[in-house]
Amino acid sequence: MQLVDVDIAKHTIELKVNGRPSNLVLDPRTSLLDALREHLHLTGTKKGCDHGQCGACTVLLNGRRINSCLTLAVMHEGDEIVTVEGLGSPQALHPLQAAFVERDGFQCGYCTSGQICSAVGMLAEVKAGWPSHVTADVASQQIELTAEEIRERMSGNICRCAAYPNIVAAIRDVAEGARR
Amino acid sequence: MRPFIYERATDARAAIAAMSTAGAKFISGGTNLLDLMKLEIEQPTHLVDISRLAFKDIEELPDGGLRIGAQASNSDTAADRRVRTRYPLLSQALVAGASGQLRNKASVGGNLLQRTRCPYFYDTASACNKRNPGSGCSAIGGLNRSHAILGGSDACIATHPSDMAVAMTVLDAQIELLGANQAARRVAIADFYRLPGDTPHIETVLGPNEMITGVVLPPPPPGRQVYRKVRDRASYAFALVSVAAIVATDGGTITSARVGFGGVAPKPWRSVEAEAALMGRPATMATYRDAAEAAMTHAIGRGQNDFKIELAKRTLCRTLAQVAQVG
Ligand SMILES: Cc1cc2nc3c(=O)[nH]c(=O)nc-3n(C[C@H](O)[C@H](O)[C@H](O)COP(=O)(O)OP(=O)(O)OC[C@H]3O[C@@H](n4cnc5c(N)ncnc54)[C@H](O)[C@@H]3O)c2cc1C
Ligand code: SF4
Ligand code: FES
Ligand code: FES
Repeated sequence: MQLVDVDIAKHTIELKVNGRPSNLVLDPRTSLLDALREHLHLTGTKKGCDHGQCGACTVLLNGRRINSCLTLAVMHEGDEIVTVEGLGSPQALHPLQAAFVERDGFQCGYCTSGQICSAVGMLAEVKAGWPSHVTADVASQQIELTAEEIRERMSGNICRCAAYPNIVAAIRDVAEGARR
Repeated sequence: MRPFIYERATDARAAIAAMSTAGAKFISGGTNLLDLMKLEIEQPTHLVDISRLAFKDIEELPDGGLRIGAQASNSDTAADRRVRTRYPLLSQALVAGASGQLRNKASVGGNLLQRTRCPYFYDTASACNKRNPGSGCSAIGGLNRSHAILGGSDACIATHPSDMAVAMTVLDAQIELLGANQAARRVAIADFYRLPGDTPHIETVLGPNEMITGVVLPPPPPGRQVYRKVRDRASYAFALVSVAAIVATDGGTITSARVGFGGVAPKPWRSVEAEAALMGRPATMATYRDAAEAAMTHAIGRGQNDFKIELAKRTLCRTLAQVAQVG
């Protein structure tokens, strides 16, 4: 293939992360993940595979969980992005953060911020009645969040330490607490 | 990743006009294109962002069908109440694919055009006719466990990875396209994908600056619908074999049947042979096995993927037994 000489103009964009707008000057190739980590220094969001295969980079985009490695920062002007830093603070943990600590839902912790952001998005999907691959009848709007449902819905988050049983327990605690 | 100019399209007309720039490509969810751009398998020099175009709606059609906008996410499509009740196998196929995060980003248009997961296509050091026309096919005579048993050629035996497209194929979906000068056309999904032949790099009939604007589903055919996917892991893996089936029975006799396969061919594979073998026959395992044999008459194993032939037959039998709920 012939190489075309491309003059890449940097883009000045406003990115709204954890409620706070920031102006960034970015090469259009910058993934949302790299913008968060390298430009905004929000290093809670992790890079595992950089190819959508592990979930370590999961953030919430307008309330929905996505892989921040497979999208460009320039595509997200005006969007609401929430990272693990925006969910809670060490002084005031988000219920899922507290449950992961309580249940020991990690070992090395590398996948944990992705797991927690993913779980926040996942619980909202269940609340909205979205079906999953293990939902017996996809037409049913009432989802019973069994361990099997949690495992399937969280399958986009890989844990190399295999802390899965405790991750499922932490998520169940929060889901059941929310129901009470 | 190679450098590119980024542009966000304000409307469809502007997006299509921008595609006349050499090296231009649309980007929607980005979940396939950016993956491939990072590896420099795709090297667009101009990216036209269509993710904010107003093609997100799922609309009721007067004939009882449904029109799904190309920018509707895989998640919104799978969760739509009308899709779930009238086209349950489409919901099932969508939620069997990728992960929750990816489905939230992935669009219907991008899903249809996602590229193969052939490992040699992904490895820029290997010969691959699809990535580099004329360089040869490393999968023929190489590692080909995941490859096609139907529809392949001596130039390429890659499979089409989409689950959604298999469901749409048995639903007789029509793909809506928009080109330069507002030229709109519809193509039946059966005619949308091309078999590799000598030109495996040309995968669909989409014109160079045509955009997918939506997918039209005709009213659902009679019968029960099931999508079944067989893969190496229970979740978050591409299909080794999948089956989409819609079967109606009357007093134990099959009165209507549609059968499609995923993971076995370069395109979502409709099996007219299996459908013919089912029509008017009793809904029994013997009939299903006949249909499975008919579906795989022309199947060719390439060594490591030989097992797929029997796996496809068994998956079809299991799916038909489930969908017909008799026999
Ligand atoms: C780890 C992983 C696992 C996956 N597992 C599965 C799986 O099990 N099953 C499955 O089916 N899929 C799977 N996928 C693939 C996923 O479904 C696709 O990446 C996704 O559907 C692509 O949609 P997108 O909107 O992100 O497309 P993009 O990446 O934005 O675009 C893909 C291609 O389509 C073109 N395009 C996009 N929209 C249009 C349009 N409207 N008109 C014309 N051209 C257009 C682009 O130019 C590009 O060439 C997986 C992906 C990953 C990363
Ligand atoms: S099967 Fe197709 S995609 Fe894979 S190496 Fe051969 S030519 Fe390339
Ligand atoms: S880093 Fe994004 S999914 Fe692995
Ligand atoms: S805790 Fe180590 S990868 Fe999950």
